[in-house]
Amino acid sequence: MRQDRDYSDIPGTYVFDPHHSMQGYELNMFCMSLNNPDNRDKFREDESAYLDGFPLTPEQRQAVLTRDWLALLRLGGNIYYTFKLAIFDRRSMQYVGAAMSGVTEQEFMDMMIAGGRPAEGNRYTSEVKSNG
Amino acid sequence: MAKLFAGVGTSHVPGIGAAVDHKKTQEPYWKPLFDGYEPAREWMRREKPDVVIIVYNDHASAFSLELIPTFAMGVAGQFQPADEGYGPRQVPVVEGHPELAWHICESLIMDEFDMTMANEMPVDHGLTVPLSIMCGEPEAWPCKVIPLAVNVIQYPQPRGSRCYALGKAIRKAVESFDKDIKVAIWGTGGMSHQLQGERAGLVNEPFDTAFLNDLTADRQRLINIGHTEYMRESGSEGAELVMWLIMLGAMDEDAREIYRHYHVPASNTAAGLIILENG
Repeated sequence: MRQDRDYSDIPGTYVFDPHHSMQGYELNMFCMSLNNPDNRDKFREDESAYLDGFPLTPEQRQAVLTRDWLALLRLGGNIYYTFKLAIFDRRSMQYVGAAMSGVTEQEFMDMMIAGGRPAEGNRYTSEVKSNG
Repeated sequence: MAKLFAGVGTSHVPGIGAAVDHKKTQEPYWKPLFDGYEPAREWMRREKPDVVIIVYNDHASAFSLELIPTFAMGVAGQFQPADEGYGPRQVPVVEGHPELAWHICESLIMDEFDMTMANEMPVDHGLTVPLSIMCGEPEAWPCKVIPLAVNVIQYPQPRGSRCYALGKAIRKAVESFDKDIKVAIWGTGGMSHQLQGERAGLVNEPFDTAFLNDLTADRQRLINIGHTEYMRESGSEGAELVMWLIMLGAMDEDAREIYRHYHVPASNTAAGLIILENG
């Protein structure tokens, strides 16, 4: 069914559609909980114990603990929620963007200063060689 | 009667707010962006709107996946800056205009736009960064604010055509309010950007330039842009631009462009700003 979506052929893009939202609800709500400073303290104290309070899948739990930013998206995370975990780590959106696209933070920042990633060659999965 | 005299489109990148808050606006990275905001701040000081309706999206601050209103209007007297994980921005409390906000909601619902009304709605960078862009760092914001939060995070977002129609209905609502006040509407978010995935960092300057041009040259083209075209051309987060169409709907067909500014990058985003005035 998902292959029928007309946005499924946009490369390197995880559309937060109903399918993703169902898959990622608990994961995203864990991220949401980090808006609260008391929760941030508890998570900082013992990440694993804090995660016990959320019914995540083993894959989601592992992706949180290892900060696997792409896996978090693939497992239903939404970037505005998963970025709360990056904020917790005092990481920038450039850091996360770099991690997801497989370059260093400096390379990512340089790409942005040079005008960003062009749309040319990045509109359809069929155009893209290196990315999934 | 109240008059809706102007519309502003502007990005609401959190890094812009952080640059203000951490006194970095004169650093080489940020200076060209902020220099371009100065004429807009002069316009704001000169025009002194009494009320600004700020169309923005909440980024998992007031709302989360627990509750996803498509269109939520803030009807309270005050809105507190939200804690987005760093502690709340140290910016003035946002003062609302309950009387006008309720008037607009009543008018919109009678016109078949089924609004959500919010009395408790902390406001995040989506709303406070546009205020910083347009007003700098005052002790208190110089206008009352009516927040209009639009869901653009959970697909499907409202269509551009629906946003445009809502803007038209907001214009009608404002101009049936029985007080002589000046009202502006700001559509925020965008321009092209993608925060997520292997395609993070996408910027499409030709798309953005055409979008800015067509706010006055060909609004029907903008109204017809669909979700997939936004995502493919302007990045998965570029679809925030539908919020500019709510602003556009409140503007005359022959609204005049007063000012524009465009700069890449602001963090991971192409930052745009435009000011339109009704005749």
